[in-house]
Amino acid sequence: MTTTAAAIDRPAATPLTRHRAKPSAGRVGAHIFLFVAAILWITPIAWAIYTSLRPYNETSKYGYLSWPRQLTFENFTTAWRQADMIHYFWNSALITVPAVILALGFASCVAFVVSRLNFWFNVPLLIIFTAGNLLPQQVVITPLYRIYLTIHVPHFLSSNGLLYDSYAGLVVINTAFQVGFCVFVLSNYMKTIPHEIGEAALIDGAPVWTQFWKLTLPLCRPALAALATLLTTWIYNDFFWAIALISTGNKRPITSALANLQGQFFVNQNLLAAGALITAIPTLLVYVILQRQFIAGLSLGSSKG
Amino acid sequence: MVSANPAVVPSPVARKRRRRGVRTLSGRDKVVLSLMVGVPLLGVLFFIWFPAVATVLLSFTKWNGIGGLKTIRAEGVQNYVQAATNYPPFWPAVRHNVLWLVVFLVIATPLGMLFAVVLDRNIRGSRIYQSLLFLPVMLSLALIGIIWELIYSPNFGLLNNVIGRSGQHNLIDWLGNPNLNLWAVLVEACWRQAPYVMVLYLAGLKAVDPSLREAALVDGAGPWQTFWRVVFPTLRPINIVILVITVIESLRAFDLVYITNGGNNGLELLSVLITRNIVGQVSRVGFGSALGVVLLVISLVPIVTFLVMQLRQEKRS
Repeated sequence: MTTTAAAIDRPAATPLTRHRAKPSAGRVGAHIFLFVAAILWITPIAWAIYTSLRPYNETSKYGYLSWPRQLTFENFTTAWRQADMIHYFWNSALITVPAVILALGFASCVAFVVSRLNFWFNVPLLIIFTAGNLLPQQVVITPLYRIYLTIHVPHFLSSNGLLYDSYAGLVVINTAFQVGFCVFVLSNYMKTIPHEIGEAALIDGAPVWTQFWKLTLPLCRPALAALATLLTTWIYNDFFWAIALISTGNKRPITSALANLQGQFFVNQNLLAAGALITAIPTLLVYVILQRQFIAGLSLGSSKG
Repeated sequence: MVSANPAVVPSPVARKRRRRGVRTLSGRDKVVLSLMVGVPLLGVLFFIWFPAVATVLLSFTKWNGIGGLKTIRAEGVQNYVQAATNYPPFWPAVRHNVLWLVVFLVIATPLGMLFAVVLDRNIRGSRIYQSLLFLPVMLSLALIGIIWELIYSPNFGLLNNVIGRSGQHNLIDWLGNPNLNLWAVLVEACWRQAPYVMVLYLAGLKAVDPSLREAALVDGAGPWQTFWRVVFPTLRPINIVILVITVIESLRAFDLVYITNGGNNGLELLSVLITRNIVGQVSRVGFGSALGVVLLVISLVPIVTFLVMQLRQEKRS
């Protein structure tokens, strides 16, 4: 029993038999409830945007809770320049892009074996991967920190020759940590593909790799797209790994660099708001353009059942 | 749309055929398959499971991390004794983690479910409401911490200005007062967690067979009864998933308190204490590990619950 395919194909499936248009007391109540909740939920973000658009001398004169005399993007340009944000965005890209590709690649391989072929070790394998993703990061961080200090990698991957304090190190741990979730989702998804497709190929003598690459993966495109959206957001939003495993401030990806930004713009809330909101731009793009994919990814992870 | 595919329950014939298919693997296929499984498996074993086991072992030792592995000394349960009796932030951290969990269970999760149930009624504009409520889930927790500082700031924050407590004599320091700040941060955490639960739950609700509801309505059940007696029981799997996520998320909590004040002065959490004990030149590896084991033991409860549920389903299909 699984709802995976359905969750992707029709994320907004409207059951045909919902009664509409009857303005009962329940409906009015629902409207009021949702309206109030939405206002409450949006207020912190709206407030941050409002603050970021106002010049510092205006808010210091009239207070933050006042009508605007002037709205400007100046805080955004100042924060962008002063905090050298492009540099941190680049760091984030260097970590996020390889980690997403690697996690999806590895996970598809494992998911294919677990779901399309019949081996005795499939269930233990699935447990190892799935449970690994559920552990709190702090359970593994103490030994991991030591491991990172001892593992030597070539210098083109890390300027100090160690996994610690390097982009490569963050790519590795983000991949290892997320691959479990992807295996879980993808193997559930692949189970929904009829087995006859693979069998026909096997009988024709096609190698396993062809079966995987040419037959199975193309059918998993919706799941891969949803997962890629989800992983990009999650890895981009990661804070803990970068705080614990990167010691050089300007090697940090932008989300954990927020901690520095806070110190730097401590005295100027308008600048802080602008700088912080800039870091949200990539996720807001995902929110606007790929919200469906993101929600589909989340649903895929939970709706096996 | 409960069962979206016919292949989940393969007929005995199909299963037999599949076995035969595996047996016909060529030598090259076997190499390819071992690589496909082997490389990711080694990675996860080495970077996740090996450290997890090492945490347990190291928790019974003393090591400052400077000398080589030879300088590790066995110490029995000394680290645990010390954590419980001679480490002031330990019990507050445990209390805060428990409170975090309780608030998630009692407030964030039911609120998220309520959002989902109301949205599922498909009233006009529910897509817009859903999108608005969902926005915080996309943002990083670090960013959420900063956004809420603009609300909570004693002099300049929205909250104090609205309730008129921003003057020097009567201001409320929401994030600085150790009796208040955990609650203030928990509001931030729920602000993100409730819509997260909402989205997961909405997917579950959409998958409920509409004819079930109709049957209940025809039989004269009210909406309240229909939900609790008919819909809710069919959502058992997703309820468990949400329960697992709730527990795990509350154990992982770190970013919000770290960005707010580094996890001090009323915002101690186990995750923060662990990080504090390992980062830096001289670190208390054994002690930090012991704290990690506490977290591990608690997290095993939801992890095992989840796995048992998965395995049961695996067997059924």
